[in-house]
Parts: sequence; structure tokens; C-alpha cells
Amino acid sequence: MAKFFAVTIIIIAILSAIPILRHTWVAPEDISTHGYLIDEQMSETMAEAGIAFLAAQFILAIFIWMFSNRGRDAKIKKFPGGATGLVIAALLLVGAEVLALGVFGVKAWADQYLTPPSAGAMPIQVQAGQFAFYFRYPGPDGTFGATHPELINEGSQNFFGLDPEHDPDSRDDIVTAEMAIPVNKEIHLLMHAKDVGHSFFVRELRVQQDFVPGLDVSLHFTATKVGKYEIVCTQLCGLGHYNMKAYLYVYSQEDFENWVKKEQAMQ
Amino acid sequence: MRPKPMLLALLTLLVCPSMMCPSLMFAGTVSGKVTYTGTPAHQKPIDMSKEPSCAKQHATPITTETVVSGPDNALENVVVYVSAGATDEGQVPSQAITYTQKGCQYIPHVLPMHVNQEFDIVNDDQTSHNIHPLPKVNIEWNLSQPPGTAPYHKKYDKAEFIPVKCNIHPWMHGWFVVLKTSHYDISKGAGDFKLPDLPPGKYTITAWHEDYGTQTADVTITGNETKDVNFTFKAKAY
Amino acid sequence: MHDMSAHAAQHHAPPTSFIRKYVFSLDHKVIGKQYYGLALVAALCGMVLSWMMRIHLGWTNAAIPGLQLLSKTGAPGGVMTPEYYLQLMTMHGTIMVFFVLTTAPFAAFGNFFLPIQVGAEDMPFPRFNMMSFWVTFVAFVVLMSSFVLGDGPTLGGWTQYAPLNAVGSVAGPGQGLGVVLWMISIALFCVGQLLGALNFITTTLDLRVKGMSLMRLPLSAWAWFITSCMGLTAFSVLFPACILVILDHVAGTSFFVASNLVLNDQLQPHSGGSTLLWQHLFWFFGHPEVYIAIVPGIGIVSHILITSMRKPMLSQRVLIYCMGALAVLSYGVYGHHMFVSGMNPFSALAFSFPTLVITIPATIVVLIWVFSLYGANLRINSASLFALGFISMFVSGGVSGFFLAQPSIDIMLHATYFVVGHFHMVMGVAAMFGIFAATYFWAPKMFGRMMNETLGRIHFWLSFVGTYCIFMPFHYLGMAGNIRRYSSFPDDYLQPLIPVHRLITVAALITGAAQLIFVYNLIHSRFWGKPATDNPWEATSLEWSTATPPPWDNFGGKYPVVYHDPYQYGVKSSVGDYVMQASPEQVKTDHDEK
Repeated sequence: MAKFFAVTIIIIAILSAIPILRHTWVAPEDISTHGYLIDEQMSETMAEAGIAFLAAQFILAIFIWMFSNRGRDAKIKKFPGGATGLVIAALLLVGAEVLALGVFGVKAWADQYLTPPSAGAMPIQVQAGQFAFYFRYPGPDGTFGATHPELINEGSQNFFGLDPEHDPDSRDDIVTAEMAIPVNKEIHLLMHAKDVGHSFFVRELRVQQDFVPGLDVSLHFTATKVGKYEIVCTQLCGLGHYNMKAYLYVYSQEDFENWVKKEQAMQ
Repeated sequence: MRPKPMLLALLTLLVCPSMMCPSLMFAGTVSGKVTYTGTPAHQKPIDMSKEPSCAKQHATPITTETVVSGPDNALENVVVYVSAGATDEGQVPSQAITYTQKGCQYIPHVLPMHVNQEFDIVNDDQTSHNIHPLPKVNIEWNLSQPPGTAPYHKKYDKAEFIPVKCNIHPWMHGWFVVLKTSHYDISKGAGDFKLPDLPPGKYTITAWHEDYGTQTADVTITGNETKDVNFTFKAKAY
Repeated sequence: MHDMSAHAAQHHAPPTSFIRKYVFSLDHKVIGKQYYGLALVAALCGMVLSWMMRIHLGWTNAAIPGLQLLSKTGAPGGVMTPEYYLQLMTMHGTIMVFFVLTTAPFAAFGNFFLPIQVGAEDMPFPRFNMMSFWVTFVAFVVLMSSFVLGDGPTLGGWTQYAPLNAVGSVAGPGQGLGVVLWMISIALFCVGQLLGALNFITTTLDLRVKGMSLMRLPLSAWAWFITSCMGLTAFSVLFPACILVILDHVAGTSFFVASNLVLNDQLQPHSGGSTLLWQHLFWFFGHPEVYIAIVPGIGIVSHILITSMRKPMLSQRVLIYCMGALAVLSYGVYGHHMFVSGMNPFSALAFSFPTLVITIPATIVVLIWVFSLYGANLRINSASLFALGFISMFVSGGVSGFFLAQPSIDIMLHATYFVVGHFHMVMGVAAMFGIFAATYFWAPKMFGRMMNETLGRIHFWLSFVGTYCIFMPFHYLGMAGNIRRYSSFPDDYLQPLIPVHRLITVAALITGAAQLIFVYNLIHSRFWGKPATDNPWEATSLEWSTATPPPWDNFGGKYPVVYHDPYQYGVKSSVGDYVMQASPEQVKTDHDEK
């Protein structure tokens, strides 16, 4: 049984590694300017974790095979170097590995989260509320109108609680259920939670950020490829969490301007 | 049977209904039109892109139904009902009424009903809906309805104007109008409404619109006549 | 060193009535078995919930026959609604983490064996101990009552994030009474754990018998001791957090609810609360909690492996230091659950480094296990199979943690099935394997009967292969971006993954059915198993020096004296290749802790 167990461990380890090596299920193509750092970090970690995983399972299996049911008189041996060697190996190898990954990973994180958006970034507001994302563009006046939570009325599509009757800034605001951005232009995404916690995740853009009720957080990113992508909510927000998504369109500058005109006409 | 009791029975059959409902001998009608003055706010197209199975059911996007207008400034979805003067309150109509979720829209947008009248809620879509009426005096509930499941049968026991929303699709919005009387109608098309079968008496007719509020008119019915009552609401720009 | 007679006054007379013997018992052994029974019932409930979840995920709009009997509104015509899925999921997680993984390895086995392993008659505070079980039992009943009260259990996940947990029923079904019941249940659970921790810590420090120095404690005893220190400090933070949420519901406070929130087009009557405060409080508890779930397993598996290998670990001290390091570091890593939560991004880096560093003691533990196998003479049986399986699972689960420890990678993996795969492998599988190993190993001592070895091996094989088939694919789903806590998968990019979910469901149902073999084995052996001798495994620690099952005062009034550390194996003695801790016999040995 021990030998059978050893073989099973090895087979499971190899079968587990195959989909990774064959890239069967992977993140989609990166369309962001900062994502390559994340992808590099992922590849390095996968290589190191993969080696550690395979090595540990293989050695476990081999030792189970070699050192089971050897008979009552078998001589008990000790691994040369004992614990000391292992502790030193762990401290050096694992220690070096984690420090390296930690240090090199700082840039991947800092580029996204510790740098402010550039001065020319295009501001777009996104509001997450049970169970849809709505977006707001400031319109030709370049100013977002004030929001009044007590005026929010979903039945009449006033998702942001705008007061166009008394607030001229809000009259040209463009509220949409889809997000469109021009390609190769930095976007400054202003995130507001209407009710409970939500999260904004676009796999291709390599961004994920929670909406925090009471705290207006923001993200900045630049998309480098035209296309249609999905924004999904990743923070459990209630029964409709599974159904909370919006489409993101990355357009050429011209197509983006046409889209803005089309949405403006529908306000 | 012997002739005399039979005659009595026949007479009773003839007399009693008219004694119980003398009004059936005389029944007037209140009818009219609901219109508005001014310019209503622009009804926004609804983007259903987050629910593709619904979005594709509408070649052009539907708009919000806060204000639905018809030809010649007609105002639709106004519930016109007898708010005072009726003597036959409490008789629950037996006909089935249905509230349907189709194309991620509530059909009809406004559903008037009698107190304790059962209504069915049907999901005709491929997605789940979570129907959530928001009453203040009735008991609040919300129910998810996965596609293909049986209709829900519900009723309310107190008169109220109840907004209805879908917890999953924020643009879905409608109304349950629960009334103590079965003398009600809802304005459609050219804004017409009709309240028939009104026995002689003094009545207050109320017209309710979800955004423009309520208006009342007093009317007296003496016999079989049709009284013309019109309501005009002032549109709001926003 | 303590003279046990000084403590005699604290201990209780033997129980006589049925109630005192089996219900409100002061005996740590009965309390341990009661905890085990509670964990068993909880595990079966949690497992059935997982079946319902998996069936719904694979076949979303299909009717599950009979489900409408459990909840008419939650499953009209047997078709699970989105909220009911989340409610079942929340209960699954809550039941498993609290009432199985914190209860069985720590409260059940720890209560039964810690006093015996230190040589004591019982714990110092038997009444608190009894209360700790019954409070935990009431907590379980309160939690389960949310299935039938109000509009069902809370749907916010076992993590119960704010403000979803505090705004009330306006946020959805189960968010009113369901949340309050959850909070009351968990607050009670905290109290039970604190009472238990008190007993465990004082037992270990004060009641060790003569000769039982700290370094001569078995690794399982050390694990229980370290776990109880974590329990004391972690549960004491969760407890007030739960109270604050209850206050937000019933007393009009706004600890966790910010201003200007709008639900159902209504401005909510709250102001000034902090969303992130809950996350800090919860995860300050939550991360040590998952180590509370695994450290007993580490100690128990080490203990069982040594007996099975017939040799001590390469270094017992290093294992103890590593368990201690895991415990201490666990408080400094909790923010790795909050990398994208909106907390200061510098904090993410601050939490990331200790999370990466905690890999080191975990790696050392695995290395010591694996390289102690070198030159061993492993006896293969159900207990040792599960103990070895634990190592494989701990490696698999630990390795995925390596990814999640890095904030930049977490951007892509947070809230995906990768996380679900990670914690199921370490908790749902490894910790469970620890419980199984402990059961097969210690059932003879607890019940006086051996468990059926053939059924045990069948249980092992189906569980080992089955759990890999269930949880390894979760990692791939996560890397492809499959979001967790979705009751179904309507998104465009998730469609190709649904067949994978269906295969996983099939594996889950089969593996679940295999657990019934274990339950049958447990119950059947309890009454009709082969009678066990006092020391069926030829083991050394003090529990094997006493009768099977132990008498009410553990050692029959005669306290043992300890002459050796618990891992004198691979020696030549008068009884075989081992020397028991309580045996005065001196043998030639490489190392014997003083």
C-alpha cells in the first residue's frame, strides 16, 4: 500500500502541474501599461512555487516508498545534517526567495497604487450599487455636478442623485451603464459606493479595487488595446452579486467621441 | 312543488336581488380623460447591457415609464378611482390579475388591485428576478423567482400605493396600487378612463400619478347618466 | 514540578448520576467526546450544504427535489434562488470554520488528551470547561435556528463584511434577524473558546506531572497550548466586534455604517461608521483563527507520524519553535486579506513581507517531516495514511499561499476561486485529514475499540484522490478569473468554465459519500469494534500508559512520573523499539529531552 500511495502522490503532482505547463486556464491577454510587471511576478512565482510543490511531493513519495514497512528489525537512520542543515537551507533558500519576490514585487504594486494619476488623466466616475455599475462623465463643461444621495431615484434613472433643476454643472453630465474609454489614454477612475461594499475587477486591465462605503477611492490605468471587456463585481454585496457587471469598451479616439455623443443624446 | 310556494319563490328571486342591489336598477358612469400641461421631463432610454438576455429583446431600448404620454398630451398610467362615497367597498373581485417580468420590464408598469385581491407574479425571462415591493403599511417582502419557476400568488390587506423594484436589475420599476374599492380604472392610450356601475350617490374621484401626485373631483350620480370628469396634471421639467 | 496532591481539592468526585456522567459532565474526557460529537454533526451539516451549493453551481436552474421543504422562499419548486445559495454558502463556511475546524482538532481532542498527556487528573477549572462545551452547543443551536427564523440565515459569507452586515434587512434576505443570530452565535462561540483557552493554558503550565518538563511535552500538547494562546488573544477581539454589529442593528449605532448610504432609494439612518474597521477587527481574529485550525493538526500529525515512523523527528525543539513562530507571525499578516480593500496601499507592503516570511517556519516544518521520514520504518495504517496525506495537502495548500502573499499578484487572484482552492486545501482537506488521523489513532483509547482498518483505508483513498479532484481545479478556475461567491456564472468569460464546475461537483458528491463510510465506521466500531489494548500502537506518551478507556481520574489515583521525552523510538528496550515516557527503564538513545 505504501508504494501504491507513493505512486499516487507522484501521479497527482504531475497531473496537477500539466494544466499549468500547458497554459490551459490562464489570465487573458494583458491590455494595460502596468500589467506586464504583474504577469512577470506571476510567472516567477509560478516557477518557484511549482518547483517547490513538485520537489516536496516527489521527495515525500520517494521516502514513503523507500522507508515503509521495512520489517521489525530494520535499522533506523537519520538524515545527514539533521535539522540544522534543513533550517539553514530553509532560511537561505526560502528566505532569499521571499525577499526577492517581495522586493521585486514592490514596483508592480507601487506603479498601480503608490503613484498618483498624471495631470492629464481623464476622470470618469463609477458608482457601484446593488447590483449594477453606473458611470458618469463630466460632459463638455468638464465638471461633475454635485451628488445628492437623498435624490437618488433608480426608477427614473437618476442613479447619482443629480439635481439638474438647481445645479447647472450636472445638466451636461453623462450617465451610462457601460464604460467606454479611449485607447492609450490614462483614465482616473473615481470610485463611489452607493450602499455596501463592492469591487471593480477587469482581468485584461490587471486592476482590482474594492469600493468602500464612506471612503472614495480611485484607480488609474491606461488601456492599450481596443476591444470589449467585462467589469465584474468581486466583493459579496448581496443576492445579485453574481449578476453585477458592466461592459468596458476601449475605443479609438474617434469611436470614443462618437460614443460620447450617442450617450449624451440619450440623457 | 305546490303552485303557491313556487310563485313566492319566483317573486323572491325577482325582488330580492333588486332589494339587495337596488343600484343595479340604476348605474351611472364616470368617464373622462387625463392630460397634462407643460413639457414632461425627458424619459431616458434604459441600458440593459448588463443583462444580455433582456437587452436583446428590445431592438431599441425601452425608456423609463415615470411619465408615459399619449397623443394630445394624454397622460397614461394614472389610476382613477372612487376614493369616497362608494357603498360597496370590500368586495374582492375574482378575476385574476398578473404582473409579468418580461424583457426585464414590469408589465404593466402600474398594477391596480383591490385589497385582498390575489395577483400572480410571473417571470417570463431567462434570468432570475427578485421582486421587491416597498410598502410602508403592508408587510414588506421580497422574493427571488428563478427562470422557469411557478408564478407567485400574493395579496395585500391594506390600501396603499406601493413602489416595486427588482433587487437584481436596478432599472426595473413599477407600482402596485392597492385600493379599498373595485371602482377603479387606469388611463391608457389617449388618456381615457371609465368607471361604470356606479349607483346613485355623491362620489369623490381621485386620480393618482406616480410623479405628478393626486387630484380629486367630486361628482354626483343620480341615475344612469355618464358624467364626464377630466383631470389635468402639471408636468414637471425634471 | 508539582506535587499533584496539592491540587486534589480542586478536582471533582466521580460522577454517579446519568446527567453528571454524560450530560453536564465535569470530566474533560466526556467534554472532549461531546465536542467531537458536536463537530461530527456540524461537519455532516456543512457537507450537505456544500453538496447543495455544488449542484446549484453546476446546474443552476435545475430543481433539487425536496429543497423546497427546507425553504419555500429559498427554493421555489426546488430551484435554488440566488440569495438561498449565498445563505447556504454562509452557513457552510461558518459551520465548518467554527464548529468543525476549531472544535474538533482543538476542543475535542485537546480536551480529551491534553490533561492526560501532561499527567493530570483533569483540567484546573472543570466547571468552566463544562460551560465552554454547553455555551458552544447553544451557539450552534442559535446559528442553526437562523434556517427557520425570519427570512433565513445571513447571506454575507462567514466573513460578514460591513456595511452589508450592519444595515439590516434593507440589504437583502437574512440581513436582519439572520445577521443578529449569527453575531449572537459567534459571540457565544467566542465565550466558549475563551473559557476553553483558560483551561488549556493553565493545564499546560500548572498541572504537568513530576518529570514532565515543558520540553518533554508531546508535540500535540505543545500544539494545543500554542493554539489556546492564539485563541485567547484572537477570540477576545472577535467577541466585541460581534457585539458592535448587534448594536448597529438594535441600538441605532453606526460603528460600521458610513453616512449617506442609499438602499432601496432610501437614505439610510446611519452616519460616521467605518467600513474598514470591521475588516481590521475580523481579520485580526481571522488570520490567527486559520492557524488555530491548522496548528493542532500540525502537532497531532507530528505525534502520529513519530509513532508510525518508529523514530523521533529530526528536531522536536525546532518544530515547537516553528509552531510558536507561526502563532506569533499570524498576528502580523492579517492585512493580506485586505490588499485591495481600500486600506493604505503602503500597509499592503507592510503586511506582505511578514506573510512571505511566515513561509519559512511552514517550510521548515514540512522539511523536518519529510526528511525525518528518511531512514524511518513507517507502519502504514489508516492513521498514518491520513497523517502522510496531511503533509501532501499542507504542501499543496501552502504553495498557493505563496501567490496570495504578494499584493501585485493578489490583484488578479483576490476573490477568485484560487483563494477558495487555497483555503480548502489547507483547512478543508489538510485540517480534516488531521482530524481523521487523530480519530483513527485515538479512537481505541477513547472508546476502547479499534476502528475497522479496511474501511479506514477505503475512506483514505477516496478522500485523498477525491479532494485533489475537487480542489486542485479550483486554482485553475481562479487563474482564469472565476470569481467566488457567485451563485451562478452568467458572465461571458465564465461560460467555458461551467463544464469544469460540473466535473468538480461530481467529484464532490463522490468524495462526500465516502465520508459516510467514515461515519459508519466510527459508529459501528464504537459499539462492535475489536476491543483495543492499552497501547495498540506501541506508543510512548502518557495517554498510552493508562487504561483503555482511561478511568474517570485518568490514572486511577496513581500519578505517573515522567522519565523520558515522548519520542524515544528506534531504541532497544525490554518492550521493543520504544520506551514509554512513564517507564523508568533507561536505554541507549541519541537524544532524550530533559
